[in-house]
Amino acid sequence: MRDFAYVRADSVEAARNAAALPGAMLLAGGTTLVDLAKCGVAEPATVIDISHIDGLNAIDVSADRAVFGALAKMSHVADNPQVKSLFPAVSEALWQAASAQLRNMATIGGNLMQRTRCPYFRDPANFPACNKRAPGSGCSAIGGVTRGHAVLGISEACIATYPGDLAVALVAFGAEVDLGERKLKVEDFFLAPGATAEREHDIRPGEVITAIEIPGSAVARRSTYVKVRDRQSYEFAAASAAVGLELEADRRTVHDIRVALGGVATKPWRVRAVEEALKGKPLDEDTVRKASELAMEGAVDHGANHYKIALAPRVIARAILKLGETA
Amino acid sequence: MTVHDMKHAASDSARLEAVGGRLSRVDGPAKITGAAKYAFEQQLDGLTHAVLVGATIAAGKVTAIDTRAAETAPGVLAVLTPDTIMELRGASDWFGNPPALSTYCPLAREVTFSGQHVAAVVAETFEQAVAAAALVKVWYDETPAIVDLSDGKAGDGIAIEAMTKEWGDAQAAFAEAPVRICAAYNTPREFQAAMEPHGLIARWQGDELTIWEPSQWLDGMARTYAEWFGVPFENVRLVSPYIGGGFGSKALALAHSAVAAAAAKMLGRPVKLVLNRPQNFTSYGGRAATRQTVAIGADRDGKIQSIVHRGVNETAVDGMWVEPLGSVTSIMYATPNFSSKQNVVRVNTVVPGAKRAPGENPSAFGIECAIDELAHELGIDPLEMRLINYAEQDPHTKKAWSTRQLREAFAAGAEAFGWAKRSPQPRSMRDGHQLIGWGVAAGTYPVRRAHGEAVVKILADGSVEVESSSIDMGQGTYTILAQTAAETVGVPVSQVSVKLGDSHFARAGVTGGSRLAGVMTGAVYKAAGQALDELVGLALSDPRSPFQALQANTLVVQDGRIASPRGEGPELSIAEFLSAVGRDQIEAKGDTLPVNTTPEQRYKNYTTIAMSIPHTEGDWSRYSWCAHFVEVRVDEDFGTVRVSRVVSALDSGRLYNPKLAESQWKGGIIMGIGQALLEEGIVDRRHGRIVNGNFADYMLPTNADIPDIQTISVGIPDPHSSALGGKGVGELAIVGIAPAIANAVFHATGKRVRDLPITLEKLI
Repeated sequence: MRDFAYVRADSVEAARNAAALPGAMLLAGGTTLVDLAKCGVAEPATVIDISHIDGLNAIDVSADRAVFGALAKMSHVADNPQVKSLFPAVSEALWQAASAQLRNMATIGGNLMQRTRCPYFRDPANFPACNKRAPGSGCSAIGGVTRGHAVLGISEACIATYPGDLAVALVAFGAEVDLGERKLKVEDFFLAPGATAEREHDIRPGEVITAIEIPGSAVARRSTYVKVRDRQSYEFAAASAAVGLELEADRRTVHDIRVALGGVATKPWRVRAVEEALKGKPLDEDTVRKASELAMEGAVDHGANHYKIALAPRVIARAILKLGETA
Repeated sequence: MTVHDMKHAASDSARLEAVGGRLSRVDGPAKITGAAKYAFEQQLDGLTHAVLVGATIAAGKVTAIDTRAAETAPGVLAVLTPDTIMELRGASDWFGNPPALSTYCPLAREVTFSGQHVAAVVAETFEQAVAAAALVKVWYDETPAIVDLSDGKAGDGIAIEAMTKEWGDAQAAFAEAPVRICAAYNTPREFQAAMEPHGLIARWQGDELTIWEPSQWLDGMARTYAEWFGVPFENVRLVSPYIGGGFGSKALALAHSAVAAAAAKMLGRPVKLVLNRPQNFTSYGGRAATRQTVAIGADRDGKIQSIVHRGVNETAVDGMWVEPLGSVTSIMYATPNFSSKQNVVRVNTVVPGAKRAPGENPSAFGIECAIDELAHELGIDPLEMRLINYAEQDPHTKKAWSTRQLREAFAAGAEAFGWAKRSPQPRSMRDGHQLIGWGVAAGTYPVRRAHGEAVVKILADGSVEVESSSIDMGQGTYTILAQTAAETVGVPVSQVSVKLGDSHFARAGVTGGSRLAGVMTGAVYKAAGQALDELVGLALSDPRSPFQALQANTLVVQDGRIASPRGEGPELSIAEFLSAVGRDQIEAKGDTLPVNTTPEQRYKNYTTIAMSIPHTEGDWSRYSWCAHFVEVRVDEDFGTVRVSRVVSALDSGRLYNPKLAESQWKGGIIMGIGQALLEEGIVDRRHGRIVNGNFADYMLPTNADIPDIQTISVGIPDPHSSALGGKGVGELAIVGIAPAIANAVFHATGKRVRDLPITLEKLI
């Protein structure tokens, strides 16, 4: 860890001003920043501690919308009774993320800024080539250990998987991130690597996430998050799916559906092809499984992550059918 | 030195306190409350901090090191390279064999594995040392590495003749057998992954060295330091009050230990060096990756006619590790024909080392899966298959078992598990999306024995002290030695203090191979018996003794009080008696060595493993045994495996403390679940580097992965194995868990996974 200057911001305005300086990074829960600083990836010149700013940790949930202040803790949002009843997929995604200790520290705003677990990204001393860290230096992962790497949204520059769970549920339900001057769809806030793997978020110097908003909806109310991994707890997803379902009055025809994937793409991955294929269709297992396969259109593996192409549609299908059973 | 005073032990019941009682671990409260001070939590004046720089290539030469930027960084006291670190002497190995080279440099000029230490920075603060270490620039002349056993350059390796075991004509008998199976079984590189990292604090005072370091072997490591620095053994004091997990990894002084001690000598200040988590995956060896083929030929009724076994394990380019892969294969089942041979293959890794049940663990994975495959081939229940081929004597040495309660283990485990209700066909049991499988496997571990010593003191206040340089890494040494001393002398456990973890105490050999409890209870039993004899002798003979007038032959000491056997005459507390005869203490040093043992032999006994007593010495073959019954649930869509039930019946002989033995068994079972389903050091084959060297990516089971585990003790006292009748506990239970799970996965899915770990992509 390199020495850095420490600044405590007492207001969002002060945080914005400080964040505009070169080499500045925001500190909220610290679960990503401290970790990345220890392994030599993050080398901030100035750390701006926003964790003491008043009023940024509110959790405000109604049938119309949920608003989470950027400093709300993951565990508090996960445990909020209204989140559980009106946005169950959000609560489930949070509960299945990280460990209890991390969820008690990590913030909702910081969660969106969580970076990939790509082992090559995280080990600069041994793997200098990484387009995320050093644009143009190459990708050490391609040709290496790729079991956890993405099959969707990848480029020749980067195949690193977006590791989070919450944002998968957020993109499924059309959530927005509040950056003060502007609001962005979470889906647009995350950027696929393309030729600029170093840009993971549409956030500009001096911008600070202040809140996340999720519109209330029938699909959000009947939703779930299914996460598959070798270890029962404290592991990133091999594949995960956030699904919301609204049925017609006949209780078997799909009126509206939302599907997003985690653990298999370079960003939280909404799969509209699956949604469109199921709208107006009866909710039977064959139809659901067949439609779920559409999620893998364009998927490309790098050997050891080939299994994700088979696994991800099964995770989607399980999530949809599970919701269907509760109809 | 750490003392565990039993005065606060939660129990006042004699039943709990005696040897064999379920006394809770006396070091538990200190650990839970954070009061326990681990080795490198010592606060010393003038402490400096060292940080290592690791090689970023797996093979080649260091051609240049630029230390200028690091040397001028804030707080830096020294930057050590192979050219600037003080020269050490070569040290003998753990058998006591003299070193091949007369000098030793713990920083590498020739790199043989990724992460090998090439330089070190010492600074006033840890943060300064970390920052400066990043400024050390190293140039290499890289050469191609052999990354693992499947590397094309690896070859067949070196035949280890000492591992060959053969009787009958195994090849011919296999060829003629009416039923044959043959399969290959692989285990990956695994790591001990102790919560407490490796590290130490080294302090020199003149030519006396004190080392605070987590250690499974104070005397052996002190010997190594003494030899490196050319000082007398007595000048080195190793202190290891608690060990936050060792699992075999903390028995040797390693290169990083030498760097810290050398830096302390060079600077004239104490130095602390703690490996960071990734360095804990490259600075010492975990379990070597292994490959085995097991061929079994049998009659149609399931009787084995021949076993042909071949094994390979990886070792290092500059170090030899043999993981004995035929160890269980050769003794588990009766067979008239047998052949086992083993090679080792050098690859560019740190030299592999001991991890819980080295040898027996992977060996059991091969033979216990193979026997399951044979049972399936023949349509015989896998438990019945094991009974059909039950070995009534040691098939290898043809000696009688000292005790073998394996049949009883199978029976007790099967009964508790409900094995009789198992539906034989694979994929025949399910619950919704979950395929359910039941598997069985056996395990064993030899009774490793050695000689030990202990000091037992009876103090003026009537309390008893036990001293030993042995250690407690969680298995319960403090507790069972207190129980042994209390029972032997005849005082309540609350009157006993146990002092461990300081090499200046009575000597002790390595804590490994599940031998410590048997060795140390024997030594304490002897020393405490001598102390008691002296106490009683004094009471009968000392003119000042109130008992002298009785003219008795003996006296009874019970509950801290001395009396005649029939209750006539006086009754005094030990304190009152010692006061009456004017003694302030009675001290006895007891050991289990033959009386004519020379001082040189004693030194060798405690500082090397050369004097271990073979488990097949004399007329008996001595092993612990176990049978594991496991239920798994496999998601048919996802391929994820969860263990939902474990019932294990185990024969560790007499248990000195069943509560602690059960905890160790469960720990082994949990580690076995990790091995079966999660653990694997993943190597980037282009760079020869472990890429998952951290606790997020090197998968260990969480509580959520572990079901309720039922353990059943089926052991009986084994007088041929130890003084008090116990056999090994700590390593036994991991042996056989991975094959029991693999067999259960086959029963659930019909898929035979022969490569550990059984991760989801192998099943979808």
